[in-house]
Amino acid sequence: MNSISAPAPTAGDWEELVTTALLGTDRRTPPGYVPGPDAPVALLDAAAVETVRRRAGLCAARAAERPEPAAPDGRPALPTAAARRLAMLLTDRPGTGGGGRRGTSPDLMELLPQWLTAANARGFAAPVQALPALLDAARGRTDLRPAALEFAGPRALWLARLNPDWRFALRATPGGGTALPDLDDPDRVQQLWQEGLFAERVALLAAIRAHRPAAARELLVTTWATERAEDRLMFLDSLRMGLTAEDEPFLEQALADRSRNVRATAAELLSALPDSALAARMAVRAAACVAVDRTREEPGLVVEAPHECDSGMERDGVVAKAPAGRGERSWWFGQLVEATPLGTWERRLGGRTPGEIVALPVADDWRSELHAAWCRAAVRQRNAEWARVLLGTPSAPEAGGPGAVSLAERAKLLGTLGGGERAEWVAGFIAAQGLSEAFQLLGVCAVPWAAPLGRAVVDALNIARDAGSYPWSFSGVMGLAERCLDPGEASRLDGLLAVPDESEDAAPGAGGYWAEAFQRLVTTLRLRAAMAEELGAP
Amino acid sequence: MTQQGVRWTADQVLALAPDAASRKAGSKLGAAGPWSEAGSSGEGTVWGLCKGSGSKPYQTVIDIADTAGPAYKCSCPSRKFPCKHALGLLLLWAGGDGAVPSGQAPDWAEQWLAGRRKRTAEKRAADASGSPAAADPEAARRRAERRAERITAGAAELEQRLTDLLRTGLASAEQAGYGLWEETAARMVDAQAPGLAARARELGAIPSSGPGWPVRLLEECALLHLLDQAWLRRERLPDDLAATVRSRIGLPGSAGGPPLRDHWLVLAQYDTTDPKLTTRRIWLHGTDSGRTSLLLAYGAAGRAPELALPMGLTLEAEVSAFPGAGQLRAALGEQFAPPSPTTARPRGVTTAQAAARYGEALRHDPWLDAVPVTLERVVPTPDGDSWQLADADADLALPLTPAARSRPGLWRLVALSGGAPVKVFGELGHRGFTPLTAWPEGPGEPVSLC
Repeated sequence: MNSISAPAPTAGDWEELVTTALLGTDRRTPPGYVPGPDAPVALLDAAAVETVRRRAGLCAARAAERPEPAAPDGRPALPTAAARRLAMLLTDRPGTGGGGRRGTSPDLMELLPQWLTAANARGFAAPVQALPALLDAARGRTDLRPAALEFAGPRALWLARLNPDWRFALRATPGGGTALPDLDDPDRVQQLWQEGLFAERVALLAAIRAHRPAAARELLVTTWATERAEDRLMFLDSLRMGLTAEDEPFLEQALADRSRNVRATAAELLSALPDSALAARMAVRAAACVAVDRTREEPGLVVEAPHECDSGMERDGVVAKAPAGRGERSWWFGQLVEATPLGTWERRLGGRTPGEIVALPVADDWRSELHAAWCRAAVRQRNAEWARVLLGTPSAPEAGGPGAVSLAERAKLLGTLGGGERAEWVAGFIAAQGLSEAFQLLGVCAVPWAAPLGRAVVDALNIARDAGSYPWSFSGVMGLAERCLDPGEASRLDGLLAVPDESEDAAPGAGGYWAEAFQRLVTTLRLRAAMAEELGAP
Repeated sequence: MTQQGVRWTADQVLALAPDAASRKAGSKLGAAGPWSEAGSSGEGTVWGLCKGSGSKPYQTVIDIADTAGPAYKCSCPSRKFPCKHALGLLLLWAGGDGAVPSGQAPDWAEQWLAGRRKRTAEKRAADASGSPAAADPEAARRRAERRAERITAGAAELEQRLTDLLRTGLASAEQAGYGLWEETAARMVDAQAPGLAARARELGAIPSSGPGWPVRLLEECALLHLLDQAWLRRERLPDDLAATVRSRIGLPGSAGGPPLRDHWLVLAQYDTTDPKLTTRRIWLHGTDSGRTSLLLAYGAAGRAPELALPMGLTLEAEVSAFPGAGQLRAALGEQFAPPSPTTARPRGVTTAQAAARYGEALRHDPWLDAVPVTLERVVPTPDGDSWQLADADADLALPLTPAARSRPGLWRLVALSGGAPVKVFGELGHRGFTPLTAWPEGPGEPVSLC
């Protein structure tokens, strides 16, 4: 019997019956029974009476200590339709059969992230009965965790304390879900900073930095000397957010840190401040290496890379040892240019605009090295003007010469531009180059895609279909389109849903597969429109 | 009541799925993409055309207002029932995106509906005029007598097996394993006593069921002995108890009780499967009469039973009880309106009252494993490795059964509670409490835990 307590008085009799039954009536006769052929029947009779008596007499047991109630969730409840939608999205778990070809129906699990983002933006509370499924989904997909846990709210953390499967939720939330103190209460802040766990302190520092950057730095200075090197690195990194010239004295001092990684990070942060002393020192060094060649008819640039990496350069964060396969001088040169404020070049190179500078020919094959370093500088200093110039025109990005700027660098450069400009550039790129290289670039565009970008993608898909290839060659872009295309564009796709007549040069059956893929795209867009509508305006 | 108000929730629709694969396939079809010409009528009919792999779309119709639960018709070749198209269409309809507008059923749907209604009307007329099938009462009596003789022989044989076991001791059962009891169960099937066969088969599994097995084995042996003896002396039992014994032995009964018309709230629906049979249990609560009734439905291996009633809805219908003292099993009779949403909830009791209720139920049926009961204001509480439902206002609690502890429904219950009292419907027996449905303390929909 497990724990429902049976009445006690005749427990002894019952024990006696069980013992006799185990051994058999041939070997043992309980007191009060006649041994012989009728003993088993008498035993069964008695056991039947006892069994029913014990069951009928069951009582409620003593209650164990009840759990602390979960913290209340003050957010408004989800609209009914949206709650149903969530249940449906959570029912569609990967690995529950199916597999293989995707057919025309939407991939619901892929829509969960944006559903969560939208629900969080509107500040809804999760329906409590959906929490177990939500936590299970977040357990399987780490990328879902931040949004899922924000949506799940305080009760999910309460649940996670009771179920070891969901312990990740406590780890993901600093302090196991204990709230940060009121940031205006200096005593509490100071106490947590002095006594808190590492994760709690990082969270505290980040929270303060978000509101009052200077206060965060001052807090860090109070204990800087006594922190461990790994911790110093992490704390220093949290200054990246809201970095201003005011941080310079502290960072300059960190350039003399015992830890090489701390020094490198301090140097990197300083170089992102165009007016810092470090940036000025770097500018002097870099400017000495690049000059306009006046000996020719056409003006061009000549590069004279540094011959040594002196201690001053090393102190300013230049890594002396080049990685295998790279020349030392070009390695040092790249780091100098990367850390030099881009504004330097306009003054240094005869008042030319960034566009004119990038267009200048460069002598002796230094071009790719120089341009790559400028790209890194533009990304680090978030300089949109230079980024725009280095990206070139989207229709002919290779005009600057082959391999001057890689795809990954382009994606990063695009990150420095505004959302509209970014989408427009990628749209132009796709219109000229097709989709084969677009995946990475599409990843940096804002969702939902701006109208020109969405149309460029759909047109390119249409062209790919007409070219006779199979849709799964574009499954990456297709998947992105399902998640990122503006649902309002769905009606423009109606013409693509029919199965076209098969042309001779097309791959066999491709038309049907394309129609299926477009149907899935439209269905997904409709579903996303319905999802957004159910949640209401943000 | 508005048309929108009658719509079911996705959970309720998915509860109709015969298995997990259909559930998944159905939810994929629950979007507007493959559907065309979908619509629904105020009388509870939903239809649509679903594009499949072939050139001709499948025609899917569902009649949710049918007296015996939803009826489905789909032109697809699937043998699943309901098929994924029917599930997808119901999901689409439940989603309420406007993809299934109200309208007039197309001809192909109307034809099927008209055919069904005609057949139902004929069947009802035939039922009313008395069944002509029971042609020869004399022959039927002779068949029943022969069967009773076989069962008596089977019961006597079983008694012999039990006394042999007790003579040599239960410890020997541990070595004997399944074989002996499987063979005995087969003999009981031959004796046309399926109830005895099932109990005999379970005896074989007990010695390997973990610590405390001798106690459980002795209990079950003793109850089987009690059933044998009750059968052998059934002439001397009161009528009600004799009827209970007959149903426990496995003799077919018929729902002969007077039909009780009520607004029946569907408390819970769950399936148990073994390799040959899927058994579906549906608990109903009469919101007017306060009665609790159990509907049973069976499906052959791998197929869902046809009867399906979505949890949380009420249906105005008649049910008739099966014979037997304290018998909760009933059959669904005429249904007067399609299932509709409700805010009604059953009244609950404390844990102590619930335990007493099980004890009282044993007076009528000593073989009863559990009784349905609604607990008022209980808090799911961890208790070491296990869980219990503790009274919010007293220091008493009911433990959950070992099986209920490992089900995902437990966590939905815990999440719903959040440490606060909830109302829980479930089955309470000697193994503990099995939660099936829970309601939050304030307003809110019931949450299925099965």
